[in-house]
Formats: sequence, structure tokens, C-alpha cells
Amino acid sequence: MSEITNKTPMDDLTIGGNIYTSGNAKNFKTGDWRSQRPVFHEDKCKQCGLCFPVCPENAIPVGKEDLKRKNFNFDYCKGCGVCSKVCPFGAITMEEEGVNL
Amino acid sequence: MSIRERLSGNEAAATAMKQINPDVVAAFPITPSTEIPQYFSTFVANGVVDTEFVAVESEHSAMSACIGAEAAGSRAMTATSANGLSLMWEMIYIASSLRLPIVLSLVNRAVSGPLNIHCDHSDAMGVRDAGWIMLFSENNQEAYDNTLMAHRIAENEKVLLPLMVCQDGFITSHSIENIELEEDSEVKKFVGEYHPKHYLLNDKEPIAVGPLDLQSYLFEHKAQQAEAMKAAKDVILDVAKDFEKWTGRHYGLFEEYMLDDCDLAIVCMNSTAGTTKAVVNELRKNGVKAGLLKIRVYRPFPGEEVAKALENVKAVAVLDKADSLNAVGGALFEDVVSSMYVAGNKVPTVNYVYGIGGRDTTTNDIKSVYNDLAEIAKTGKAENPYRYLGLRKGEN
Repeated sequence: MSEITNKTPMDDLTIGGNIYTSGNAKNFKTGDWRSQRPVFHEDKCKQCGLCFPVCPENAIPVGKEDLKRKNFNFDYCKGCGVCSKVCPFGAITMEEEGVNL
Repeated sequence: MSIRERLSGNEAAATAMKQINPDVVAAFPITPSTEIPQYFSTFVANGVVDTEFVAVESEHSAMSACIGAEAAGSRAMTATSANGLSLMWEMIYIASSLRLPIVLSLVNRAVSGPLNIHCDHSDAMGVRDAGWIMLFSENNQEAYDNTLMAHRIAENEKVLLPLMVCQDGFITSHSIENIELEEDSEVKKFVGEYHPKHYLLNDKEPIAVGPLDLQSYLFEHKAQQAEAMKAAKDVILDVAKDFEKWTGRHYGLFEEYMLDDCDLAIVCMNSTAGTTKAVVNELRKNGVKAGLLKIRVYRPFPGEEVAKALENVKAVAVLDKADSLNAVGGALFEDVVSSMYVAGNKVPTVNYVYGIGGRDTTTNDIKSVYNDLAEIAKTGKAENPYRYLGLRKGEN
């Protein structure tokens, strides 16, 4: 399938917008919908590993070597707050997006 | 060799489905189409077909299951009526926009309320702009034949649109008529196998179906659907040609009955065409040049062809078995008159909304329309074009 952009004429688009390749959800950045922003308090984090599996957008990166979670990937974080709810240590707080950055 | 049988319209539709032997049928019973999945489930139970029958809990799920099955790469069929189609409505649009050639048997019935289970076309008219091909059937034979032709049309690469075969609830669905059936093996040969180019269960090509389609794309995808609908016209005629070679039965976009030298023309769909033919025959005996244009293909609407077929008549009445409640006229009327206007055809044309909720439409009713047309032809004027046929009304 050739590259499809917002300049592609209708004749060259796939029918129904079908995508005939895999692994392309990452091309769609979902982070700009966020109204609440998670803030990571590294000092309170025990690296227990409860937060990253519940993230629907896989927006909590974990180091391949040290197996420690890093700060959020805000390209994809929608600010749903699930991670903040599961954190037993108050290491993730939700704040209004665009305020006190 | 054709087989002479006598079947109801529902039996005719179910028999066609049996001979097509689709991969999946997902359906929920609703009057008057209940018998179609009922007969079909006995075919499944008796091992006559090897279809996966999904007994769903609603019509929304019936259409959803058909969408899933078609997207997976299989052939899926269903049947419904009236409020069943209403409940499918959301998925009706998904089916056409995902370009899945599902075939649905729609047994036309009034959409409630107040509650009514009898025939009119309000169910079909509610989805007329949903991107489905819509074939209408005058009798049981046509319901059978249209269903046999359905997959060849819907699955054509230039089309890839879902298709519904309509017939009149009770009037044809529950009336037993003589019918010519074709041999199972011949049907199998004519319908062929379904091998979609792209499908979800292809492990060689992982695909995504129905992704987010925002401002930069939806417009073009809708225009693709519109192009497919236009392309469907020729495909429908090509399939009809092959069908005629096989069975000897001729089908076009519409049927012209005594239209050649006709002065007074009625345009209608489904079983009322049969009643109208009887009246045309009688009037012709008395020297009245009456004729009929029976729409078979309602979507895509054969606008240019209809306008041309009606260019030499003196007056036209379009009969709508559903009221659009828009203070202008019925849906078929609007399609016909706008096609005529665009073609520069100025023949005076009136609309009759008739047969709502299963109200009987008799030969006398149809005769009264031809009488009105004779008057209009004389004066050249069509006053009050939005009319009713068979409605009880006070004097003022």
C-alpha cells in the first residue's frame, strides 16, 4: 500500500479507509485531546509496576535495561487518569492541562 | 431445466438463500419476514446448507454479525422488516461505508407507530440514502430472481455495496403463487464463490477495517461510495443479461408495461404494479392509452432512463407507498420529478400516497388515478400534486 496523505486524490484511496498494513496506530497521536495531565512524582514512586500495564495508550515507557518507568509519553497520553487511580503511593497526580506547566 | 413450484414470497426468498448457501446468516424474527430465518434455520438443522446460523438477540446484532462475517471474508445474509430495519439503522450505514456486500431480504412493512404490522414502504424509504442497492419485486418470482442476482451485483469489484431485495409484506410474502425455481447446481454455478481481495482472516495480510476517518478523508470515501452506486447500474444490467441467458426471464432497471405509445402513465413499485397491469389491460381494451413504469432498481435510481421513458406521455402519476411527511410529496415522486426536471421533461406529474399501513389498493383505486390523469392530460395542468389515494377525509 502506497503512502496515503491528506493530498491523496479519492481514486487512490482504499475503499472504506481500509488499512492494508499493520502496526500503524502509532502514526496517530492521541495526546492532543488531553484535558487532564498526569504528573509523575519520581520521589514517591516505588517502581512497583502497577501503572504501565493499565495505560490504554502504552504511554508510560519502561526502561529496557533498568526496568524502571520513565516520565509519560505525552504524544499519546489522553489524560484518562487510570494510572493515577491505580498508583498506591500517590506518585501520579492529575492536573488541569495547560495550567502550571 | 426450471422447476415448477408454488411458494409464498418468504419461501421464495428462503429457497434462494438455501441455494446460495451463504457462509453466515444472522437474523432476528420480525413480522412479516419471520418465516425467512425460520425456514432457513430448518435448512441448517437438516444439514441442507452448511451455513453458520447466528440466532442473535436483536436486529442491531444481526447486522453487526453480518458486518463482522463479511469483513472476515465470508458471505453473509439476513432478513428483516420495519422496526427490525430501524433497529439495524446504525449498522446499515456501517455495512455500506465499509463496502461489505451483505445481502438482506427486506419484507416491506409499516414502521410503527402507532403499531402496525402490514405492508407499506416506510421501512425501505428510511434507508434509501444509506448507500445500499435496493431492488424491488412485484411478486414471488421476482423476489426469488432478484435474490439469485444479488451477490453477483453486490460483490462485483466496481460495486462492493450491500444490497437489499424488497417485497411487499403479506401481499407477496404470505401469498402462495406459481414460481419457476432453478436447479441447485445451476444456481451455485451462476452465483459463484466469494473471494474478496482483502479480508480480516487473511493471516498473510493484516488489515484494519473501519478506522477513524476525519475531515481529510470521509468526503472522499463517501464520493467513492457514490461512484460505486453509479457503476452498479451497468453491473445490474450485465448480471440481468446473464440471468436471462440462463433462465429466459428478462430484467431491466425498470419494467415498461404498455409504455411505448402510452398517454397516461403510472410509476410504482412492488406488488401494486400487478394491480396496475390489470387496470392497464382493461383500459387498453376500452381504447385508453394507459401504461405503467415499474421501478425494479430504486437505488441506484435510474433517473435519466426514467425521464426518457416518460418523455412522450401526457400525464404521469407516481404512487408512493410511504408518506415522506415533508409537505411536498413522497420519496419516489421526488426522485422521478427531479429526474424529469433535470432532463427538461415538462410532462405534468402528480403524486399519490397510498396503501399506508396495509390499506388495500384495489383496481378501482388505480382506475381513479387513470381518470385523474385523463383530466390532467386534457388541461395540461397538475394542480395539488401531493395527493392521497384511498384516504378517508371529511368534505372540507
